Formats: sequence, C-alpha cells, structure tokens
Amino acid sequence: MTTSSLRLRAGLVSIVLLAAFLGIWHLAVRSTAPVATMSPEYAKLMGLTATQGKSAMPGPFDVGVKLWEHLKRPFYDNGPNDKGLGIQLGYSIARVGAGYLLAVLVAIPLGFLIGMSPLLSQALDPFIQVLKPISPLAWMPLALYTIKDSSISAIFVIFICSIWPMLLNTVFGVASVRKEWINVARTLEVGTIRRAFTVILPAAAPTILTGMRISIGIAWLVIVAAEMLVGGTGIGYFVWNEWNNLSITNVIIAILLIGIVGMLLDQILARFTRMVTFPE
Amino acid sequence: MTEKFISIEGIAKRYPGAGGATTTVFENLWLSMARGEFCCVIGHSGCGKTTVLNILAGLDAPSEGAVIVDGQAISGTSLDRAVIFQSHALLPWRTVLGNVAYAVSSKWRRWDRAKVKAHAQTFIDLVGLTGSEHKRPSELSGGMKQRVGIARALSITPKMMLMDEPFSALDALTRGTLQDEVRRICLETGQTAFMITHDVDEAIYLADKIFLMTNGPGAVLAEVVENPLPRDRGRTDLHRHPLYYALRNHIIDFLVMRSKTFAAETPGHDPRNVPVVHIGKPGLTVASGGDDQRQAWIPGSSPGLTA
Repeated sequence: MTTSSLRLRAGLVSIVLLAAFLGIWHLAVRSTAPVATMSPEYAKLMGLTATQGKSAMPGPFDVGVKLWEHLKRPFYDNGPNDKGLGIQLGYSIARVGAGYLLAVLVAIPLGFLIGMSPLLSQALDPFIQVLKPISPLAWMPLALYTIKDSSISAIFVIFICSIWPMLLNTVFGVASVRKEWINVARTLEVGTIRRAFTVILPAAAPTILTGMRISIGIAWLVIVAAEMLVGGTGIGYFVWNEWNNLSITNVIIAILLIGIVGMLLDQILARFTRMVTFPE
Repeated sequence: MTEKFISIEGIAKRYPGAGGATTTVFENLWLSMARGEFCCVIGHSGCGKTTVLNILAGLDAPSEGAVIVDGQAISGTSLDRAVIFQSHALLPWRTVLGNVAYAVSSKWRRWDRAKVKAHAQTFIDLVGLTGSEHKRPSELSGGMKQRVGIARALSITPKMMLMDEPFSALDALTRGTLQDEVRRICLETGQTAFMITHDVDEAIYLADKIFLMTNGPGAVLAEVVENPLPRDRGRTDLHRHPLYYALRNHIIDFLVMRSKTFAAETPGHDPRNVPVVHIGKPGLTVASGGDDQRQAWIPGSSPGLTA
C-alpha cells in the first residue's frame, strides 16, 4: 500500500519535473533577437534565425515533430549520408554486440584461469594494471593501421574497452568464492572441471554479471566516440554528420536515443544479474 | 575395543611464523578410534581441534605423521569421510533437494536423475525435512540448514562422519533436538563419528569416548575419558546416572584448570600412550599402547573422579 503510493507520488514528481524542463526549454528558445530587414535572396540564405529572430536552438515542439518523422520511418535508406535512425542505431548495436561478445568470450575463461591460479594472477597483474587505464580510443590508430578496416577497428575498440571490467570482476569473483563451498566440493571428490561449473561459476556469477553490466555501459559510451572517428554508419557518425549539417534538432534526437538504448542495454544486464543472484 | 578403525599416528602441524620461526600448533599426536565409536574432542580454542578434523577429512595435510583409516593411509579428501561443517556450508543457489542430490550424484556418477532424487529424498525424510525439499537455504532456519548438512553428509553413506561444532550456532532447543537425531542416526547406522565441541553436556550425551586436549600452541592430547553412561542413555534421565556428575566434574576441572598446567605438571606424559580414564572404576589404563601397559592411578590427583 505504502510502496504503491510512493511509486505513484514519485511518478507524479517525475512528470512534473519533465513538464517544467520542457516548459523552461520552450520559453528559453523563443524568438528574441530583433528582426533584420534584408533582401529576400539573402534572407533565404540566412534562414529563420535572421528573418524572424528565431533562436538557432530548436524548441521541444521542433524536436517532437522531427522525432515523430524519424519514428514513422526508422529504416529508410537514401544513400550514405541519409539513413533512418533505426539503421544507424542498428549498426551501433551490432558493433557493440560483436565487440562485447568477443570480450565475454575472452574475459570470462581468462578471468577463471587467473582467479583459480595465484601464479597467473600475480604474473598477469602488471599487464592488466597498465592496459586497463588506457583510453580505448588511443588504440584506434593502431587498430586502423593493423586491421586496415575502419568497421572492424571500431569493434576492436569496443572489445578492448569492455574486456577490463569483466576480466577483473571475474578474477575477483572466482578468487573470493567461499572456502567452505570449495571444501564441500573437495570432500565430495568433485573434479576440477565439475567444481568450476557447479560451485565456482554459480558462486561467482553475480560478480561476473556485475562486471558485464559495467562493461556494456562503457561499450555504449565508447561506440559513439569511436563512430565519430571512424565514420560511415552508426549513431555516433549520425551525430557528427548532423552537426556538420547544422541540424541541432537531429543531434538532440540522437542524444535522446543514445540515452534510451543505453538504459535498455543496462536493464537487460540488470535482469540477467538478478537471475543469477542468490540470497544467502 | 582393540580394533583401530581410525588411527592418527604422530601427526604434527606447524606454520611458518614471523622471522623464520615456526609455530607448532600440536605435534606427536596419537589417537585411535574403533569402528562404530562416537568420539568427541574437547579443548579450548586454538588447541588445534579443527586442524585435527581437517587433517582427518583430508582438507589439510599434517606437517608430520600419518592418518590411517580402515588399514590405509589417507591422502586428500574422500567420499568415505563426510564432513558436517560448523557453518553448514550449503550451496545457496541450490534447493534442499539440490544440495543433497549434489552429494549423491558426486558419489554415484552414473545414476540417473530419478535414482539420485529418490536416494536424496530418503535422507531428507530421515532428518525430518519432508516437505521442504524445494526450499532454498535462505528460506530455512539455522536448525533446518544444519539438518540439510547432516542429510548431505549421510546421503553418501560414509564410513565415518566428521563434525566441527555442528550445533554451536544453534539455539539450545534446536541443538537438543538435533543431538537426539544425530545420536539416533549414528546408533541406527553404526556410524563412526568424530565430533569437535565446546559443550561438555553435548559430549557426555553423545560420545563413547571423550578426548581432552590441552591448550595450544604445543597442544597435546591429555586424556581419553571413557563414557561410563550406558549406551542406551536418554536425554531426560542422563543427569540421574550415578556417574554423571563425576564425569562432568572431571571434564570441567580439566577445562578450567588442568588444560593450562597439564604440560608443566605432567613431565612424563607419553603422547603415544595417553592415559584412559574410567570414571568410577579404580585403575587407569593406557590407550594406544594396548592393555598390557596398565598404570596405577592415584585417587585424589584429579578431583571428582571417585564418585
């Protein structure tokens, strides 16, 4: 009863805050500048900003109308510089997915090995400590030079940025499995492989999934920057392209969509984390 | 009983200490148990009780010496020796049935799912958890969790059970019930059991033999006390037995006073021939070395013995 009313009240406050934000935005971008008189030819070149004193920043209604246009036709393709937002987001998600899955395939088995072996753990520690803080975009030139394919380079950048949180969390999760659970497996003469799958993996799964959740967030942050550099397709390229077109409306729409997709990716991983979490 | 089912022969445990020195928890420890015997170890914290149990379980290796079970020196853990952990150590992501079935399928790897389930269910019923098979450990009370631990240990039909203060985390009522259960099960199945406890009454109720250990570091097995109470003793009339208080006083006197001073006061203590104390009987026999090495026991050297 109290929780439902709390949710209701919180929802109401959210809506009020949104309305206030949209209202302030609308008021802030109203026509304010003086209207200059000029020849019609010149006025055509200058656009509404000069002729009607309209702010260069679009208001919420402009964005809403444009967004509706995009949502109606998300998958159109009019050539390299004019594709639907659905297609652009699809490219970005596909790149993130590919780089991220590669990172999962490397980080989790490797993390398992490192976590189970104190020798490997100490031997690899300096490498991980040095590689971890490198900005993923710093790898871009090296990737472009060696791979010679901009699209695969972007995937590599996603791979390299999402591997660290997963690797470190897997190592930590595996290394900190409770001794008593390991002892249970030992007294039952459970072999190493079976122990890894029936005791260590379930015990470390919540920590591993937390690492995977951090990684997907970082990967989605990085893909926008990587696509701005690489160009061609993707939501990051779309943002940069629309900036070059001076379409602030489209840039705002892209920002909104990047946020929503990032939230959805995070929610998916959060759901997986809840599935493997066990109450003690 | 002359048959040595379990024989601990001169084991020691040492840890490297600070500055190259070694800390000796215990050394030259000899101890034997017959098949079907229930033995309790009592001693203060830090005397190495848990280490002895871990060595018996194969979870820990002795720095010296050997442990022989059923005629074979042990190396590592074995399904023949089941452990009931103090903290129950259930796998929280598995149900009650899942936890027991995990042990069952570890012992009989070729059994199909139905057979494993049926076997696990038998032992869940045995410890009185019928109806809670599909609950997770987090939904169980402390006593129920430990019942699952007992069912898991029994389900692999071990040759012996090792218990490290299994009931110390439970409330008094639950502890009593579980002691009854463990006693019933061990008598019915003829289990050999080795239990660590801090609870003198628990030891008197459950044990056939009580091992008294002195304080560590450098702990020794001081005495083996034979329990004079009948094997079919009941919880309710236990304290009416004429030898009950003599036994209890002897153990408590040891824990309160003699466990600290034993090493200093008994310079001729032979760890291979630990004195066996028969409460209420004159004379003192010597364990391990056989019955030929009887020693005279001087009444009065240990208060409470001559009840």
